[in-house]
Parts: sequence; structure tokens; C-alpha cells
Amino acid sequence: MSNTKLYLYPVWLRIWHAINALCIILLGITGISMQYTNIESPLINFNSAVSIHNLVGVIIIASYLFFFIAGIISGNVKHYRLLFKGLLNRLFKQGEYYLFGYLKGEPKPFHITKEEKFNPLQKVSYVAAMYVLVPAVIITGVALLFPEMIIEKFYTMSGIRLTTFFHSLAGFFILIFLIIHLYVITIGKHPLKNFKSIVNGYHES
Amino acid sequence: MKIALPIKFVIICSFLFLIHQIVQAQDNEEKIKMPESNNVCLNCHGHKYFSFYNENTEINERKLMNPYFVIDSISYLQGAHQGHSCIDCHSEDYGVYPHIAELKIEPKLTCVDCHDFEAIATEVKKSVHMEAFGEFFQCELCHDPHSNKLVKSDMAELVRYNNNRCLNCHNDVDKYQVFTSHENPQLLVTHDWLPNQALHFAHVRCIECHTAVTDTADAVHHIVPKEQAVKNCNECHSENSLLRDKLYKHQLKEDRSEFNFYKSFIINDAYIIGANKNYYVNLISLLIFGLTFFGILTHTIFRIIKRK
Repeated sequence: MSNTKLYLYPVWLRIWHAINALCIILLGITGISMQYTNIESPLINFNSAVSIHNLVGVIIIASYLFFFIAGIISGNVKHYRLLFKGLLNRLFKQGEYYLFGYLKGEPKPFHITKEEKFNPLQKVSYVAAMYVLVPAVIITGVALLFPEMIIEKFYTMSGIRLTTFFHSLAGFFILIFLIIHLYVITIGKHPLKNFKSIVNGYHES
Repeated sequence: MKIALPIKFVIICSFLFLIHQIVQAQDNEEKIKMPESNNVCLNCHGHKYFSFYNENTEINERKLMNPYFVIDSISYLQGAHQGHSCIDCHSEDYGVYPHIAELKIEPKLTCVDCHDFEAIATEVKKSVHMEAFGEFFQCELCHDPHSNKLVKSDMAELVRYNNNRCLNCHNDVDKYQVFTSHENPQLLVTHDWLPNQALHFAHVRCIECHTAVTDTADAVHHIVPKEQAVKNCNECHSENSLLRDKLYKHQLKEDRSEFNFYKSFIINDAYIIGANKNYYVNLISLLIFGLTFFGILTHTIFRIIKRK
């Protein structure tokens, strides 16, 4: 099969992706540092971790709003539309390919086109990350920036405590997503092929 | 829906039994009454205004009571000295009005005349208050004997009650300047470095940062100079949070189980970044992280093997 080059990632998307990735890494590191802070050996000084986390948090809100609006304007949002009919079957097929087929050198079950730039597993995980987890972490994060706005008690539990729980939970799964995302994109003809794509915008198959 | 007669009977009986239990419980509650002798004092000191017959002018006069001498009888009955008569501490001669002038400068009974507060006194002597004002600084300046009580059950109430002891002077220019000619400290300004100031003020006591940290509970009486107050966020916001030895000391003492710190912090109503982590949530998240890495490692190994 001849090598085909598809221009899938326009400049705005690549810039957003780079900013988003950097923000998530910084938020993850500062978040973990705050959560597991220790007076003798903090990963990052507590005050600095709080300041960086707050600042980067505000940046990621702007970045997300940009992604959301630009996605609608450019039509990129269509790649995040899930077709539920037969979804489980497609997910299973893609999962099976990653686990076994790829190792055996079998062909990809779903080929990337201009219309379908994500495989089913990518699509579901990106929808979960960008339209569930990131909004959840942003909403709870904004609330925690203005904690006096949070209801004092939810039944017997502190409202702030509950908000931080959901904030950390969403943040935790975003980090898990990031780790898996970073690994899965190394699956291909060459481990760095997909990294190259998100830099120059071209997908090579 | 029709309810069978025997079921109706059981429901009515249960309801009547419940009512009976509630009424009995209320009757059994020990009712603290104000000692009768106090009524003479509270007749005037229990109100903002007081009336008396002026024999010189032969008219009934109504005057404003000095607000610092008004005793809130409800707080008195809720306080530690609830059963006591006024004359247990104050001179019987106060029964006459106008009060005898000399009574004002007569030595009064102090807390240590009844209580053994030696350990506390040792700490108070090291306190910045004692250093500045000497023996003039007495227990009752912070612990009003007319209302002082031990709040343990409700953490928010405990914090509010404790902080009011400090704010009583530090947020009242008139009282503050009885002790010093300094201007009243602008608490909001001097604490403007503190993030989420209102939340900190509502959830931790002033003494968490303004007292020495030692193993003894009495150390909360050792108020340190402001330069030595805790200003490093990590002192509280860390696994070894100093709040363990202060605000949550009693709570932790009550729960001596293996995961007491986690458990206790689950039930309390505050959240302290870095300090109250949940043991089980931590364990589950570590497990998920571990499984993710294990999965990636296994896949990588198979990729390497298959490539060969």
C-alpha cells in the first residue's frame, strides 16, 4: 500500500493541543504536589504549586472555550459525535486490534480518513476526556477558585470537600487518560509517527 | 388503600409509645436553674437598662447599664459556672445600690483561687500577653467566667467560639486600648496574605497559628509574638499537619484506630488541601495507576518480543 498523507490537524488545532497538553501536565504535577505535599520535602513548594495551579487552571478554561467554539465553527466537532449503533462491537474490534492484531501484524480494522480521523476507541476516550472529564474538572475548579460560593453542607458533608473530591477524581482520570493516550499514540509503524503528525498536521498511513 | 385493623392498632400504639418516650426524655433532662440569689444582681445586670428609686430626688430613675457589665443569663446558664451564685466570686456588698466605691478596687477572686491551672499558668507566663501586661493579664480577659464553656461537639461552633475570645479585644478598639495605646490591628489587612481568608477564619482558630506547638494541650495558652506566628502554609497543609496537634487533637484522641487520621478527617466538616487524604481512595487510585502502568509494560514487552 502506498503512503498517503492526510492533512488532519489544522494549525489552530495543533496550537490548542500543545497548550492543552502543557496545561494538563502542569495541572497534574501541581495537583499531585498539593495533594501529597509534605513540609520536609514537597515536590513543589506549596504556595508556588497553588499559584501555578490557579493560573494554569484559568488558562485551560480559556483554552477549552476556544476548543469548544472553534470546534463548532470549523466543524471539527463532528469527529466527536458518537454513533451508538454498533458502538460496542466497533470498540471491541479496535480493542482486539490493539491487544492482539497489532502484535500479529494484522491490518487496522478502521482506516483513518478526512471524515473519520479517530478510530472508535479514540473517539470514545476523546469524548469522555473533552466533553465529560475536562468540563467536570473546570466546573469544580472554578467553584474551588471561589470557595465561598460553594454550599456549606451537602447532607452531612462539607460542600467544599465534596467539590474537591469530584475535582480530584476528574483530574485523576484525565491523568490516566494522558498516560494511556501517550502510550497508544506510539502504536503505529514507528513509535514517533503520531507525535510527528500532531506537530506538522499530516497523518501518514 | 385499606389498612387492616391489627396493623392500624400497631401503628397507633407505636406512635403513642414514641410520644411517651419523647415526653419522658424531656422530663428526665436535668434542668439547670439560676440560683435565686442571682436574681437580685440580674434584675439590673441582666438588662440593658436598670431602674431604681432615687431617695434623694424621690423619683424612680431608669438608666443605661454599662454594656460591659450586662450578663447574658442564657449564656450564663450554658456556661461552666452555671450553678454558681454571683457572690461566690463577687463581694456580697454589691447587694447595695449605689455600689460601694471601694469595691471596684478591692482584689477579686481569680480563677486560680478555685481551679488548679498550674500547667496553664506556666504557658500563660510565656505568652506575649503576659510579657506585655504582666499580672494585669488575667484568665477572665479571654475566658469570661459568666459564659465560658467547653465546646467540643460542633467544629464550626468550636472555632467561632474560640475566635470570639480573641476578637473580643482584637476587634474592639475600646477594649483593645485598655491594654495598649497602639491602634487597633486591622485584622483583615494584617491577614491579607492569607488565601481564602474568610474560609480560614471560619474553619481554624486564631491559636492554630498564634500559639506554640508542643505536646501539651495547655500550650495553646502560650501565645507567641506575631513574628513567630505560623505563616508557612505547609505547616497545616501537609500530611503531618500541625492541626493534628491542635484543632483536631481531641478528635484524634477519641479515635485511636489504625487509620484514625483519615477516619477523623472524613467525618469533620472541613477540607484541608494536603492534609486530609482518604486512605481507601488513595489505595484505589494507586491501584488504578499501577494497573495502567502494568498494562502498558506488558504490551510493550509483547511489542518487543513480536518485533524480534
